[in-house]
Amino acid sequence: MYNYTEFDTAYVASRNAQFRKQVERRISGALTEDEFRPLRLMNGLYLQLHAYMLRVAIPYGTLRSDQMRQLAMIADRWDKGYGHFTTRQNIQYNWPKLSDVPDILDALGEVQMHAIQTSGNTIRNVTADHFAGAAADEIEDPRPTAELVRQWSTDHPEFQFLPRKFKIGVSGAAHDRAVTKSHDIGLRIVRGGNGVTGYEVLVGGGLGRTPMVGQVIRPFLKKEDLLPYLEAIVSTYNTMGRRDNKYKARIKITVFENGMEKFRDAVDARFEEIKRDWTGVNAELLAHIEQSFLPPAFRNAPEDGYEIARKADPVFRAWTDTNLTEHRQPGYAIVTVSLKAHGATPGDATSAQMRLLADLADKFGHGELRISHEQNVVLPHVHKSDLWALHGSLKTEGLATANFGLVSDIIACPGMDYCALATARSIPVAQEIATHFQKLGLEEDIGELKIKISGCINACGHHHVGHIGILGLDRAGVENYQITLGGDHTENMVVGERAGPGFAYDEIVPAIERLLRAYLDVREDVSETFIDAYRRLGPAPFKAALYPDEAARDAA
Amino acid sequence: MARAYTPKVVTANALIEGDVVYLTADDIWSRNHAEAELIEDEAHAQLRLLKADRQRDRVVGAYLADARPGPNGPEPIHFREAFRTRGPSNYAHGKQEAGNV
Repeated sequence: MYNYTEFDTAYVASRNAQFRKQVERRISGALTEDEFRPLRLMNGLYLQLHAYMLRVAIPYGTLRSDQMRQLAMIADRWDKGYGHFTTRQNIQYNWPKLSDVPDILDALGEVQMHAIQTSGNTIRNVTADHFAGAAADEIEDPRPTAELVRQWSTDHPEFQFLPRKFKIGVSGAAHDRAVTKSHDIGLRIVRGGNGVTGYEVLVGGGLGRTPMVGQVIRPFLKKEDLLPYLEAIVSTYNTMGRRDNKYKARIKITVFENGMEKFRDAVDARFEEIKRDWTGVNAELLAHIEQSFLPPAFRNAPEDGYEIARKADPVFRAWTDTNLTEHRQPGYAIVTVSLKAHGATPGDATSAQMRLLADLADKFGHGELRISHEQNVVLPHVHKSDLWALHGSLKTEGLATANFGLVSDIIACPGMDYCALATARSIPVAQEIATHFQKLGLEEDIGELKIKISGCINACGHHHVGHIGILGLDRAGVENYQITLGGDHTENMVVGERAGPGFAYDEIVPAIERLLRAYLDVREDVSETFIDAYRRLGPAPFKAALYPDEAARDAA
Repeated sequence: MARAYTPKVVTANALIEGDVVYLTADDIWSRNHAEAELIEDEAHAQLRLLKADRQRDRVVGAYLADARPGPNGPEPIHFREAFRTRGPSNYAHGKQEAGNV
């Protein structure tokens, strides 16, 4: 894994020292809130509904065990004993005191972490496939690229005041688990005709109030051209992007309003200029970074007892059926540890859970952890002979829920329980859906399903690309929930279609039940998932289930 | 006829903790909505908000929120303001923990 250089360490320390002084001046009254706000946002500190919130970057979702332990320590010492993992592979602390934040940032610096550029109109935390370096379908580990982009974008002098925030996601596998098509720039590592790897570059994706699927701006970019090309895109956006209207300021609008052809021409022209003068050390630096992401020393050992344990213990078997993903290395598995125990807050982990995960990563997983955009924790490299012991340990902290990819594995933003921008709550809706379907005993029968919930139009909960999306709104002073159907977050990204009028807070869970019972009725057999049935039949039978009164009227 | 003025309270977040606070009639920042001054006159509301805005070493982001009289003092009208009086619904943190609700 990547280790900070002396340069990185000194940079983070100097930023923390600056911010400490800024906080002191704010508390003394020397700085007004208007003056302080952009400074705190540059360091990931928000003021939310009930308290400050500190958003800490987990670059490309990769954590070492010592970093996870430090996150637990921070939760205990300066927060309320837990942290919230987000859809952008960050961790958020919901209750820090302003006066404690400089100490928290120093504690993060001790383990090579920071909160820089987790807010503001800059290039944000670079995200990547959470199965990077482990997935069987991987062409190449996307993390060296993501780390290169992180280094290039951090404190980039030209890109600190972009028209709006800017998100870059990287995938290195055939199946896109990094939602690259919803990013301002998506990078997909692909193999060219001559066998050499390069990037398919997507631009203009985004969710929010105007959801758009990213489009290919360059089908194959040579690796050595990555930074000058990224610089050309962001530079073009920086000049062409709108600053008159916050809601039209993202690059997706720039591309849409100008058209891809015009935008691409402008990028190409800028690229030629930049490339001519480029002195960056792109290729050598990338090669150097790649050395930090070499695979661990995998064991060549028999899968002792794994199948025997599966046969003997149905709980273990159910967990292995849902929570494991195929690893590239024979004998190994990728373990998704669910942070979605039924009734729990999606993405929340207590300090005890974080410490256990760190210990288990050391014991069984080469010290590595990942945070997924689906708000779960991943142990990317576990030998199958260790799974039984791992599962037993996970149970001790409520981390052995066998629901990865099922109805209760819900993405939910913090919503109006925490977020100052939210228009309705998300967390209690997620909690109730999870406990409700557990009570009904239908979770296993329903099978693979992505429910994604956002508490406002900004779509942090990715509702547009959920098989079932739920969007919480404020309708005349009352919480109201709109359902979208048929969304897809993968390489075949589809923005879901709004089903119809919204539902009141106490109507939304019954509506989801009607929807899923309709699916069970219409599916061809158990192998046909909800999304497959929706694609085959279209929205009609599902809308009829959601709005039975209307359906009855139409039939009459 | 002019529309009746919806009464207001002055609310903000405390500078250090970020906790929700309300301006009382005797110029104290209370953590309890029921102790807020219920302002029924628009001009007076603007004056009170100006006073709050000047206290930049104590509070952040002061604004006027709709409220109505209740048996124990002012009550919030909008659900967002109701959540602000309590804290989150998933844990008994914030004001629930501090005994302010």
